[in-house]
Amino acid sequence: MALWLIPILPFAGFVINGLFGRRFSKAVVNTFAIGSVVLAFAWVLKTLLGLGSLETAVTEHYFTWIQSGSLNIGCDFAVDRLTAIMLLVVTGIGSLIHIYAIGYMAHEGGYYRFFAYMNLFMFFMLVLVLASNYLLLFVGWEGVGLCSYLLIGFYFDKKFATDAGNKAFIVNRIGDFGFSLAMFLIFVNFGSLDFGKVFRQAPAADTGLLTTIGLLLLVGACGKSAQLPLYVWLPDAMAGPTPVSALIHAATMVTAGVYMTARSWPIFMHAPTAMDAIAIMGIATAVFSATIGLVQNDIKKVFAYSTVSQLGYMFVGVGCGAFSAGIWHLMTHAFFKALLFLGAGSVIHALSGEQDLRNMGGLRTKIPITCWTMMCAAVAIAGVPPFSGFFSKDAILLAAYNHAPWMYWLGVVTAGMTAFYVFRAMFLAFWGEYRGHAHPHESPPVMWIPLAVLGALSLVGGFINIPKFLDGFFQGVPEVPENSSLMIVSIAAGLIGIFLAWLMYIAKPAIADSLASSLKLLYTTLLNKYFVDEIYDAAVVKPIVGGSRWVLWKGADVGLIDGSVNGAGSMAQGAGGILRKLQSGNIRSYATWVLFGSVLAIVVLFLATTNYWGGLQ
Amino acid sequence: MLAEVPMSYFLTLSAILFALGVAGFLFRRSVITVFMSIELMLNAVNLSFVTFSYHHGGATHQGIEGHLFAFFVMVVAAAEAAVGLAIILTIFKNRQTLNIDDIESMKN
Repeated sequence: MALWLIPILPFAGFVINGLFGRRFSKAVVNTFAIGSVVLAFAWVLKTLLGLGSLETAVTEHYFTWIQSGSLNIGCDFAVDRLTAIMLLVVTGIGSLIHIYAIGYMAHEGGYYRFFAYMNLFMFFMLVLVLASNYLLLFVGWEGVGLCSYLLIGFYFDKKFATDAGNKAFIVNRIGDFGFSLAMFLIFVNFGSLDFGKVFRQAPAADTGLLTTIGLLLLVGACGKSAQLPLYVWLPDAMAGPTPVSALIHAATMVTAGVYMTARSWPIFMHAPTAMDAIAIMGIATAVFSATIGLVQNDIKKVFAYSTVSQLGYMFVGVGCGAFSAGIWHLMTHAFFKALLFLGAGSVIHALSGEQDLRNMGGLRTKIPITCWTMMCAAVAIAGVPPFSGFFSKDAILLAAYNHAPWMYWLGVVTAGMTAFYVFRAMFLAFWGEYRGHAHPHESPPVMWIPLAVLGALSLVGGFINIPKFLDGFFQGVPEVPENSSLMIVSIAAGLIGIFLAWLMYIAKPAIADSLASSLKLLYTTLLNKYFVDEIYDAAVVKPIVGGSRWVLWKGADVGLIDGSVNGAGSMAQGAGGILRKLQSGNIRSYATWVLFGSVLAIVVLFLATTNYWGGLQ
Repeated sequence: MLAEVPMSYFLTLSAILFALGVAGFLFRRSVITVFMSIELMLNAVNLSFVTFSYHHGGATHQGIEGHLFAFFVMVVAAAEAAVGLAIILTIFKNRQTLNIDDIESMKN
């Protein structure tokens, strides 16, 4: 079915725009960049329709990539139901965001560079989801990390953007370290990295081994999907252009960890400890970052922490054994979070770069389309039935309840906070009086049409019944019984959150300020994100920089290595300086030395031949 | 007749001559005297060679290596004398001195 065509199309777009884009007009750049992604989407649709029900995986082998001893890595792509969902999400939302970016990036420099990177990202992301072995997945995994770095640092003349890019890249290295170890362990114990071969052997393997592999994979997922304690890079990643935040840092790349974990489900199913670790990490991240999101003033930061929190939700689902619920939430989240970011981008675009919620307000009448499309996403993420977020979030919460009720209650509290901070952002931006000085203008159709499409998807996306679709894929995963009273609790939590936001930011705006001043310590802590960056800086960055500077640089390099090299030089110089004195030019002193040497030679010869000392004894 | 003189006499004489040569080389300032001291040392060594050759050659006097060495030394000494005197002449021509302490152009 020519699966290779799916990633190759965006790659072709990258090559063409990357090499020649500088000379192209914007229309030509658009043609290649958007055309390639839309064609990829079309090819995905055609392929999936052609493949039918996809009960079993369809694998295509292209060539042997690495053949070394018993290591045999093929360049293989495979499509099964899980991949099908990911392909549709990645290419579908990718297409919409590419189209949106035409409008958003219209006035930015480096237009062709932006689209070249975006296409390259699409290529790697598609390799990631199509790969049928861990190493090929890792190629995509690293590739999207590279594109993320390039696009976060897109405004490379701004220091904070390049710093954020570095931060993302370096923090991800920690996760990749765990992922690499997991791959080594898999290969050593199963003799292959192919998903099929590994997963067939997994049930018979030792639980301790599977737990170790699972935990190492979790480290990898934790870095890529921005979970505690490695989430710090994602909020900073908002330094990139907003379409990048929507595509890479909300809808697709950051969900790669969830995808990888769900993909490795046969390993996790037999490693309950690793599953618990996933669930606990997920719920901790969800609560933790939701609390930070409550008080952020930068509209993109609110959504960034929201993304971290929602990714935590997905991990709760996966960790509680509800893999399909996690994937479901991945998909609905891709819809509404991409929409929230694109909407935020539209607001920022309308206000000529203003991102601070305190300088917005009353935009509902000025940019109505943006406002109401974002409202679709807001009700979806808040879990209002029957919109998309409600279904997937409810499935996750249900699984959490069956796994451990305390997790469910924390999840419900998080759902309430989610509803609160999203509506807080909405009310601050679109209701009340306008507090800024720009002249808001509605975005062009090329921007709002993707918003509208995503808005529709956010509203009705929940009716795409992913768990039913993936029922046959995750075989042997226990069913979760329905429980309608839990559903009512989570709906109530969402509605209370919305109501509180309405109360504090529309009905009685004074409450918010008085609350902030009466809980000053809590408010400052949240506003400063629990000082995590500062703690990491003091606990990790400073010691490493200090150790590198004072021990490795000044100590080892300058002191030891340079010291020994220079020492050898100066020692030779010193010795030469002393020996130089012997060459006085005075013939008689030379003669004295000759005499001295001869006498010495004679004495030594005498002692050696006559065994003088032995004779004395 | 010579056999009655002990070998140690010859060797002692040789050592005294050599020591005189060394002393002259070290303590005299005139290049020519130094030169003569070298000749003295060479001849002291020659004396040792001949002595050893004579005594170790036995009654048949078949060992002549020591004699041969002595001749070689003489030949070389003659050649050296020719070259050395030429050098001394040149030094004197250029520097108007034969004081060995003033000739230290090997220093730098």
